[in-house]
Amino acid sequence: MPMAKAITLHDTTIGKKVVMAVTGLVLYGFVIAHMLGNLQVFMGPEQLNGYAKKLHDLGPLLYAARAVILLALVLHVAMVVQLVSRTAAARPIGYRLKKNQVTTYAALTMKLGGVVLMLFIVYHLAHFTFPGLSMTAGYKHSPTDVYANVVSGFRVPWVTAIYVLAQLCLGLHLYHGAFSLFQTLGLSHPRYVEKARFVAQTLGIAVAAANIAMPVAVVAGIVK
Amino acid sequence: MSKTMNLTLHVWRQKGGTDVGGFETYKAQDISEHMSFLEMLDVVNERLLADGKEPIAFDSDCREGICGMCGMVINGVPHGPNAATTTCQLHMRHFNDGDEVTIEPWRASAFPVLRDLVVDRGAFDRIIQAGGYISASSGSAPEANGLPVPKADADRAMDAAACIGCGACVAACPNASAMLFVAAKAAHLGALPQGQPERWERVKKMVAQMDAEGFGHCSNHYECMAACPKEISVDFIAQLNRDLVRATVVEREHEEKSGGAG
Repeated sequence: MPMAKAITLHDTTIGKKVVMAVTGLVLYGFVIAHMLGNLQVFMGPEQLNGYAKKLHDLGPLLYAARAVILLALVLHVAMVVQLVSRTAAARPIGYRLKKNQVTTYAALTMKLGGVVLMLFIVYHLAHFTFPGLSMTAGYKHSPTDVYANVVSGFRVPWVTAIYVLAQLCLGLHLYHGAFSLFQTLGLSHPRYVEKARFVAQTLGIAVAAANIAMPVAVVAGIVK
Repeated sequence: MSKTMNLTLHVWRQKGGTDVGGFETYKAQDISEHMSFLEMLDVVNERLLADGKEPIAFDSDCREGICGMCGMVINGVPHGPNAATTTCQLHMRHFNDGDEVTIEPWRASAFPVLRDLVVDRGAFDRIIQAGGYISASSGSAPEANGLPVPKADADRAMDAAACIGCGACVAACPNASAMLFVAAKAAHLGALPQGQPERWERVKKMVAQMDAEGFGHCSNHYECMAACPKEISVDFIAQLNRDLVRATVVEREHEEKSGGAG
């Protein structure tokens, strides 16, 4: 093994994790904003459609925000692909018996959950944004009546089931992601680590619950 | 009167680096509860030798929990079921008569198996060679209070320096990452005034060598901390991350030039 030369941050596994932490934070911010925007479905069609119009009227600003989010997503995925492909070779022969002692379900399902979320993002965009595939027979996707799209989009139980499952994955992903972020950026401290875990858990559950509430409310006939 | 027990061992046997290897089953009979795990293996080996068979190869040196040689994964946990305990300090009273015990070597491409349960931890040595030292003429011992070290810094350095380099962190990590080892070794020098001149270069060089050895990345499972016989905290990993960011983003590049004055 030759001695390695000193390197720049992004060449290291730690640097790639730092990129994942920063981009993860950007994506977390988007998830929160997206949730707050969507929750206006409970305030009626005028409120939600008015909010959607305001967003669209932002014009170039909206596209700039979308570009930042897309870039964060691309970097987040690119880094994990690089990390996973090199780490896959780190233990070519596994254990016959391995007992994990302290890790969490959320931590162990990070990669699988990430794949599920990627597939969900593609489906979600196709469902509501482009081309707008409504699963309700006879309904035509409207670019302006977001409220009607939501109601028709979630009337189909299996569509709602997909959303509920995806949001459970999102909650777990956000929990371990938010908890890890501080450690990866070197900001964690033993004094606050259990508080950070509690906040990460609570936020993850809150986001998942709020996002699940919307499709379930449609299926239950609360939002119609 | 001490209890004795009979155990069934499933042990990884591998003749050398190129051998495929596999599990063999052995009986460990009349084992005293006062024996250490290694003494139990000694008994098994003596019987194997008496039967004209190859004894089970495993590493050990001090047998008092401070050298870091005796690593093996016992029933899925590095160094076995007791927290903060090396294999040599693990006593058979923690097992019961009739138990089945699976014994495997550390599993990591950076720790190739040499024979049976013995792995080559040379990767750790090369990480230390890359930067885990202080370049200073040692001379004679300085005046005791010539270089004041705050108590908190001294304690932190000692906590990190408790690392015995056994490799249990790598063995326990789902990614076979060496972050806890590297973090401890960088932090014990980084916490002290003597370590400051080379602090930022040290972190870069040690992390670069860690990556070059083929260890995995850290994804914050904290299995390393649970397995560590010296209870090294993952707080040192946060420090390593922090120091690497500072070393690569903030600190000036150290230029290595040969010769020249000053």
